[in-house]
Amino acid sequence: MSSLTVTRATLWKDLRMEWRSKDAINSMLFFSLLVVVIFSFAFNPTAEESRLIAGGLIWVAFLFAAVVALNQTWARELRNQVLDAYRVSPAPPNALFLAKALGNFLFVVILEALMAPLFVVFYQLRSVGPAWQLVVVALLGTWALVVNGTFFAAMSIRTRSREIMLPLILFPISIPALLAMVDSTTGILTGEFSPDFWIKMLLVYDVIFTAVCLLLFESVLNAE
Amino acid sequence: MKPLSILFIVFTLALLGFSTYQALVVAPTEQTMGDVQRIFYYHVPSAWVAGLCFFVNFLASVAYLVKRGSNVDALAAASAEVGVVFCTIVLITGPIWARPVWGIWWTWDARLTTTLVLWLIYVSYLILRRFASGSQTQVLSAVLAIFGFVDVPIVYMSIRWFRTQHPSPVMGGGENSGLDPVMLHAFFWNLLAFTCVGIILVAARYHLQKMENQVESAHAQLALQGGAR
Repeated sequence: MSSLTVTRATLWKDLRMEWRSKDAINSMLFFSLLVVVIFSFAFNPTAEESRLIAGGLIWVAFLFAAVVALNQTWARELRNQVLDAYRVSPAPPNALFLAKALGNFLFVVILEALMAPLFVVFYQLRSVGPAWQLVVVALLGTWALVVNGTFFAAMSIRTRSREIMLPLILFPISIPALLAMVDSTTGILTGEFSPDFWIKMLLVYDVIFTAVCLLLFESVLNAE
Repeated sequence: MKPLSILFIVFTLALLGFSTYQALVVAPTEQTMGDVQRIFYYHVPSAWVAGLCFFVNFLASVAYLVKRGSNVDALAAASAEVGVVFCTIVLITGPIWARPVWGIWWTWDARLTTTLVLWLIYVSYLILRRFASGSQTQVLSAVLAIFGFVDVPIVYMSIRWFRTQHPSPVMGGGENSGLDPVMLHAFFWNLLAFTCVGIILVAARYHLQKMENQVESAHAQLALQGGAR
């Protein structure tokens, strides 16, 4: 079986399961909606202020929401020993990892697309800089969170405190990516500085950590 | 304990006494900062030992993934723990110095923030070691160690950029700009002494970890025999 076939089959299966149950997307949506509402109570910003803090709010909300979906990634593969079956099959481990990462990427991107209008309405956001750059930041930043998140979810599922472990190991490693996402978003919204460095930095982060994940996933899958 | 290690411990204690004398008595008092500058002789060597420990942790983790020996895993665990201890010392002595000199305990400057993030990463490594179960611990923690080590230069680069963009208000010149030769002398004695202390701590922790592994496998063996009977 080629990698591409395995990736496509696993991704298609996950998307179909998600389409039928809508577990991940619903819980993420509701969770980030709650964060939006609670933050706006906590800060009660004017249009000018919200431009300065929105970068932080948006990405913290999406980060927390993404953890909800990431934690579910591997849980369903543990039932009926699917993961063990996968390990003894000749299918390449990285194909499975890429399918899971791509699936999570799609879920989080859909979440962001649905939530973005709400942020604009609730925080009266209007971008001073070129708004299309936000799309680039969102895509690169989401991949940065999701590729490491999917990997660490596979690790945390093997520990005693499954759900608690993921944020504890994911957040410290993600600090540079989060910083890049928050600051470039602030740069674009306020129009005061260029986000170019941060976008390049996210790209570098994505390339490095995708490589590290692909290099090490087999060890994690086969950890005894 | 082997006579050689006892000799090394005695040597380190003597060295520590000498370097403390150098730092507190021989080295001249700094003109503008006063005696509080002397914390520098402990702060920087601690940072050096922490960095060294994290590097050893990285090498041991890679070695574990390649060769799968439980001894290199014990070394990785020992060096990470000692590294976190020294990193904590850095994070505590730093603000003690910064308060009288800068007027504030903490600033989100590149080096400070990177050290804090480094500390966070390796604390999460220790938490993972605690929560993972059985022999999976070794693989999972080795993998996380590699992620952490790869992350550190990226953290430093990004925070440096972040801070040059929004200049911080209180960062003076570096403390290394034109150090008095006597101060430099005292500094290097402390660097040597602290490195020896670090080596002793890692070695002791390493042996402890090996013993723990032996006890654990003996328990497992016993349980297996009990189950067979």
